[in-house]
Amino acid sequence: MTLGLTLGEISSRLQSELPGCQVELVTNGSPSAQNSLLIDRQHGLEAARLLRDELQLDYCSNATAVDWPQYLEMVYHLFSIEKKEGPVVIRLRTANRTDDVTLPSLTPVWRSAEFQEREAFDLYGIVFAGHPDLRRILMWEGFTDHPMRKDYVPPPEDEP
Amino acid sequence: MDEQLKTELGKQGIFATSLQELYNWGRKNSVWPLTFGLACCAIEMIATTMARYDLARFGAEVFRPSPRQADLMIVSGTVTKKMAPQVVRLYNQMPEPKYVIAMGACAISGGPFRDGYNVLKGIDRFIPVDVHIPGCPPRPEALIHAFMTLQEKISNQQLTGAERPRHLQADEPSEFPVPAFGEHGLEPAQNDNVFHNPFKVIQG
Repeated sequence: MTLGLTLGEISSRLQSELPGCQVELVTNGSPSAQNSLLIDRQHGLEAARLLRDELQLDYCSNATAVDWPQYLEMVYHLFSIEKKEGPVVIRLRTANRTDDVTLPSLTPVWRSAEFQEREAFDLYGIVFAGHPDLRRILMWEGFTDHPMRKDYVPPPEDEP
Repeated sequence: MDEQLKTELGKQGIFATSLQELYNWGRKNSVWPLTFGLACCAIEMIATTMARYDLARFGAEVFRPSPRQADLMIVSGTVTKKMAPQVVRLYNQMPEPKYVIAMGACAISGGPFRDGYNVLKGIDRFIPVDVHIPGCPPRPEALIHAFMTLQEKISNQQLTGAERPRHLQADEPSEFPVPAFGEHGLEPAQNDNVFHNPFKVIQG
């Protein structure tokens, strides 16, 4: 599939090289069948390093967030410029939506994730441990809400 | 002066006017806009100034890069909440008499982004707007029509009496409060002296 490896093979390689790392294959039932790997957040950074250095996934084209009812999720799309292959999609999930919303920042691994992680921090409230410059990027400093969350309530303006 | 008499005198080679007419005639034919654009409406505004539509015919071709030299603010595009204080500040820096054209659906009401979290629901919440242009974006003809509407408004302004414009009334403000960035949005969300919501708020 990619890199001469299937996602299942990437998954078992991650689990064998990183003891304790839990990887789950998340299938996508749509015609695109773009399956992804759910990596537990404690091993997210190590797994990302391994994907970049060992499997030559040297480029993160997109990092975005999803607001699920029970948790928040980051989705990274990885490509190998070297091998001209991709994408490999990885996901990281927070423990919940309220007080434990920390994920490892993958900016030290793929610098292109910097602004998009800041955007996820701004609009979804995901806190990235290890991010070099975690500030709001779209809303102003002092703004306290996370407008892209589904439970966001806009300020009461006098609308009919 | 009676219009008929004036026409009659004109036929005899006598030019009669009033100071007010002369003053307004001069003002309405040299309205200098401020050079700034906020979104796609600005492209239409630029097209309006170029050869095909030629805003120079109305004496408004000199776009000034400084608010100190401008008479007219064309709010051309989406005003985000993050940009709104800067727009109000630029308006405050313009000398009187000054006018505002709100160009396009976003500038007059928030347009397609009205229900979003980051767009101001019309610049008339903070500064007085003289002409609103609907459209997304309005064509250059619409902007020219707004210009002509503004010219008509200027030429009908009275220099004396209670109806005289704001810049001739000493106690009227020429600066308006700049909103601050709050925790949930702009504070205040609107200037109640400027903005009068045409809709009744439905409670419950």
